[in-house]
Amino acid sequence: MSEWIEVGHIEDIPRLSARVVRAEAVDVAVFRTARDEIFALRDRCPHKSGPLSQGIVHGSRVTCPLHNLVLELTDGRVAPPDEGCTETYPVKTEDGKIWVLLPRN
Amino acid sequence: MKSKLVLVGNGMAGVRVLEELLKIAPDMYEITVFGSEPYGNYNRILLSSLLAGEKTVDDIMLNGDRWYAENGIRLYKGREVAEIDRRNRRVVSADGTAAEYDRLILATGSVPIVLSVPGKELKGVVTFRDIRDVNAMREYAGKGKRAVVIGGGLLGLEAAHGLMQLGMHVTVIHLMNTLMERQLDPVAGGILKESLEKRGMKFLMATATEAFVGEDQLQGVCLKDGPEILADLAVMAVGIRPNIDLARKAHIHCERGVVVNDTLQTYDGRVYAVGECVQHRGQVYGLVAPLFAQAKVCANHLAELGYARYEGSVVSAKLKVTGIELFSAGDFSGDKAAEEITMMDRTRGVYKKIVLEDNRVRGIVLYGDTVDGSWYYQLLQDGTDVGNIRGRLMFGQSHLGDSGHGGKNAAAAMSDGAEVCGCNGVRKGDIVKAIVSKGLFTLDDVRAHTKASASCGSCTGLVEQILAFTLGGEYSETAKVKPLCKCIGHTHGEVRHAVKKHRLTSIRSALDYLECRTPDGCHVCRPALNYYIISTWPGEAMDDPQSRFVNERIHANIQKDGSFSVAPRIWGGVAKPDELRAIADAAEKYRVPMVKFTGGQRLGLFGVRKEDLPRVWGDLNKAGLISGYAYGKALRTVKTCVGTEWCRFGVQDSTSLGIKLEKLTWGSWMPHKFKMAVSGCPRNCAEATIKDFGVVAVESGWELRVGGNGGVKIRPTDLLCKVTTEQEVIEHCCAFIQLYREEAHYLERTSTWIERMGLAYVKIWTVEDPGNRRELARRFRESQRFAQKDPWAECAADPEKSREFVPIKQLNRAGYSHV
Repeated sequence: MSEWIEVGHIEDIPRLSARVVRAEAVDVAVFRTARDEIFALRDRCPHKSGPLSQGIVHGSRVTCPLHNLVLELTDGRVAPPDEGCTETYPVKTEDGKIWVLLPRN
Repeated sequence: MKSKLVLVGNGMAGVRVLEELLKIAPDMYEITVFGSEPYGNYNRILLSSLLAGEKTVDDIMLNGDRWYAENGIRLYKGREVAEIDRRNRRVVSADGTAAEYDRLILATGSVPIVLSVPGKELKGVVTFRDIRDVNAMREYAGKGKRAVVIGGGLLGLEAAHGLMQLGMHVTVIHLMNTLMERQLDPVAGGILKESLEKRGMKFLMATATEAFVGEDQLQGVCLKDGPEILADLAVMAVGIRPNIDLARKAHIHCERGVVVNDTLQTYDGRVYAVGECVQHRGQVYGLVAPLFAQAKVCANHLAELGYARYEGSVVSAKLKVTGIELFSAGDFSGDKAAEEITMMDRTRGVYKKIVLEDNRVRGIVLYGDTVDGSWYYQLLQDGTDVGNIRGRLMFGQSHLGDSGHGGKNAAAAMSDGAEVCGCNGVRKGDIVKAIVSKGLFTLDDVRAHTKASASCGSCTGLVEQILAFTLGGEYSETAKVKPLCKCIGHTHGEVRHAVKKHRLTSIRSALDYLECRTPDGCHVCRPALNYYIISTWPGEAMDDPQSRFVNERIHANIQKDGSFSVAPRIWGGVAKPDELRAIADAAEKYRVPMVKFTGGQRLGLFGVRKEDLPRVWGDLNKAGLISGYAYGKALRTVKTCVGTEWCRFGVQDSTSLGIKLEKLTWGSWMPHKFKMAVSGCPRNCAEATIKDFGVVAVESGWELRVGGNGGVKIRPTDLLCKVTTEQEVIEHCCAFIQLYREEAHYLERTSTWIERMGLAYVKIWTVEDPGNRRELARRFRESQRFAQKDPWAECAADPEKSREFVPIKQLNRAGYSHV
């Protein structure tokens, strides 16, 4: 079961970075790219659980700060040659406000 | 205008000069290359693999057309230079192509010796030197056909092996009694012959060739005082001689080869010569290692650095025949002064001989077990006194325990389950599997696929060995000029040059100018660009926080659980009680799980939550503590001992000098982390000899030491110079740091930088040139005006800056309907 939650304004997130949403069961990293696309991923690298929100954002990708795995923000997949995947959450923006479809227990 | 450099000879030696030159002076010359062969630059060592069909021409290509184009080098393939007009400084090829030069490199290599016996022009009689020869050999070769190889040296045996691989019946004719008599003693030569015979190779020893017989096509080879043997193919591998015809014609002094001095210049100072065509101190070389050593020196001189010299090489040889392990180096003939240690195990096919003179290794012959070859070779080159290990010398390095050589040759002996990379938990088997199954070829590939050696890098040597061991002859250690990352096709040197020349002061302008292939770079290039930009244009360029690794962006060290550690600056390691109290208070107030003394004489608070960081810093700031730059590519700490203030041995006040140095240099961004130490006497309690910049007090002043590293790969410092006053220490320190900041590649520690450039280079610019030293120090102080900002004071004053530390949204974990 999920619910659309308003998490903040797009201007609250500097370009090429992320802010964290402390959701019910998980931490979710909300990213903003250079082209103002917004993505929401679980803030946890599939490799050793690094906080993706602290990584360097480039294109529509983020590099995990712990061991430099690169993840696609669009689908949460780890770029080859590494393997793995993290959860993504649907996002929508209305008048600059960011909504994320977050899971509930 | 750029000077013109012309290279005659597109082989391994000449092109290596260009590679070395591009590394240190990429923009100095307009380069033109003439090569007589219709190919790019290829690895001649692998011709035998090409012959055996194990490799294709593409496989052995070192630099294809693209490399020349990318480096702006004009390449004339298949055009042999016919004349050097020294008066007008130009070369002309046989087809009339001309090029002018300011400097000329001759790398014409060598030509195979052709026996002057009747029938040498018959079809099917070939030499073994280049791709064309290999093509000719493959034309006459065939399953079940007969081949005769004349010459039982290194090259001849490799050719013979290649032809056997093609299914031919091979007979080797050798003039001497021992195979490879220049590399092997009679015992090892005998074992080699036995094992090749077991594989079906035939030998006729101590025999000379009298004639090749046949009408138009070769049919047989006639031996002196012997029978005629049937042959469809005859390969002459009786040796090579330096190709000096062109130099001779231009009246450049030649003896056996083109005579050069220690900077590889011929008697015409504008004309350099390298490689097999060269005669240096009476020696002519035919193996690749000396050629590469010459190339390095030649490039150094061409770049007008002028501190390297070539003093000759001791050569080692390895036979590239699958399944035969053979290593030889130095002089093993043995005269009266020499002593021999030998070991022989005929059943296992192992023979080792070490020739010693005056307790130093002079010659090595290894057969069957060559694992320790490079270790013995190192001992030989270094002239190490082996007196105290003589009893165990024969059993190899692993019998000596860890002597600081860190895993050399350990790769072969390791089991598949043994852990190679402790950081990422990668076992040898994982690496071998990845190399084989995914067709990996380079260290970077292995890093990308397995993560082995991708973290601290201390196992890099071991991983390289596994790579070499797994790939066999396919592995080449040759360091290439590498692009910065996958999205930027330029090298570090080129990028830095562009930043300076084109006044690139933002990440965006740099990415655009460098034609980045991705929209906004990647985690590799952005931090590098950010560093190059802010270090080149202090005060003008804007720092880009989004291009910094998190540790630098928020001045705390990310821990494995995503929490952070904070280490406030403790000047010179000297703390006041109220500062300690503030640290203790913060630790209690924010429930910091661990407070630990760090190796750099600080106190670290470990496990601070990100959202607490601004308040922790705020509290520490109130007690006057600065907490920035603790984990960045910047000055870390200045370790000191108590010096004359307390210590009964101290000869100088190391503590206060250390504090001064730290106050002067903190906050400066560097290519990599930078550590300093000041010791108050030669007992060196502050361990200054493993720091990037170390100061050791002596009675008469201070010894300044640079390029040390106590971490990944231990490297003691090199002595830069000795000075008498504190003021001089400070000036040298600033100048050294600035030279490092301006010239090292991003993520290059001082140790690797100095090994790349040479200590002499650093001395020339800092010690020997006081004017330049002062100028460097001035630039350093100038950049410090913009650098020494306490990031937390800034953050505390500006609520916008602390915003990134808190969650954008905190949801009630009991259910969303309440938010």
